[in-house]
Amino acid sequence: MAVLIKVGMADLKLCPKGQGITTLGLGSCVGVALRDTLTKDGGLAHIMLPDSKAISSNQNIMKFADTGVKELVRLMEAKGAKRTRMTAKIAGGAMMFAFQNNSSLMNVGTRNVEAVKKILKEMKIPILAEDTGKNFGRTVEFFPESGEYIIKSVGKPIRSI
Amino acid sequence: MNDFNLENVNSMYIDVLREIGNIGAGNAATSLATMLNTKVDMMVPRVELLGFNEIDEVMGGAEQVMAGIYLLVRGDITGSIMFLLEQESAQALVKKLMGNYGQESTGEMNEMERSTLKEIGNIITASYLNSLSAMTNMKIIASIPDLTIDMAGAILSVPAIEFGMLGDKLLMIQTTFTDEKELHGYFLLVPDLPSYEKLLRALGVITD
Repeated sequence: MAVLIKVGMADLKLCPKGQGITTLGLGSCVGVALRDTLTKDGGLAHIMLPDSKAISSNQNIMKFADTGVKELVRLMEAKGAKRTRMTAKIAGGAMMFAFQNNSSLMNVGTRNVEAVKKILKEMKIPILAEDTGKNFGRTVEFFPESGEYIIKSVGKPIRSI
Repeated sequence: MNDFNLENVNSMYIDVLREIGNIGAGNAATSLATMLNTKVDMMVPRVELLGFNEIDEVMGGAEQVMAGIYLLVRGDITGSIMFLLEQESAQALVKKLMGNYGQESTGEMNEMERSTLKEIGNIITASYLNSLSAMTNMKIIASIPDLTIDMAGAILSVPAIEFGMLGDKLLMIQTTFTDEKELHGYFLLVPDLPSYEKLLRALGVITD
């Protein structure tokens, strides 16, 4: 298999034509895969936190659900994709440790997923599929050509959504 | 000018933090060695200021499966401490401690084995924190431990997210330890940003 483009934590990238794009070890973060269903252009964002407005240090717009998804859409549109044709698939947002429930992190995984869904709804981009929540990490691979979003977890079968 | 932030981490701060790791992890390694009745070697701690995109690179890559025992730190400083073992090491360690009780298990650990691993984490992180507490004369309390066995990237995203609220880098004190055979693991002390300042103040590095 060809080498996949790698997206880091709090990072986002467009996928070159005909290739695949990946992000490794999503925990409470959410991997948002967007695709223009006509041009087959796509991109992937690794979202870390739900809300840029809740935090003063918010220069890195790729880190947050609200600003990160918008930025990915903007980059895709600059390459000729149309927002009205875009669809989304999302994965991640796990709770890696039980007591994240009552720490300052307050279940950040769930809040990340909710924030991603909210911004996608605002932007009228439908979510075709998701694999979110629970308590395990995920590595995702996205192939915009086919729209296939592959999810790998430790000790679990590989899934394609 | 003495306020501690991620932009002004200088070499003196790094040296002091490294020494904190050295003493803390040294004590932890000693209690691990006592528990296992074996020799445990420890590397010089690394104090690393990592960009989020570099977190992948530590501990053998984001997809390296690790057992992570995570405790929240409360009291005069706040943050977290983590004890990470490669999966094989974790299994070997549990087997060594439980003797014949442990079944010849492959893959997923059973409840008893997980509980044992948590307790190991509990004991050795306590010795880490106790020495830190004695050194700084601060009250440092750890929560009950929780365990997850998963990809390193997913485990490390937990402290990374906490730092993500303050900036785009993660500052951690990392110590690698090994024994003669199969054991390979890490201690990770990740105080939150205000706690770094408190630590450096308690040790007289930051004064005003």
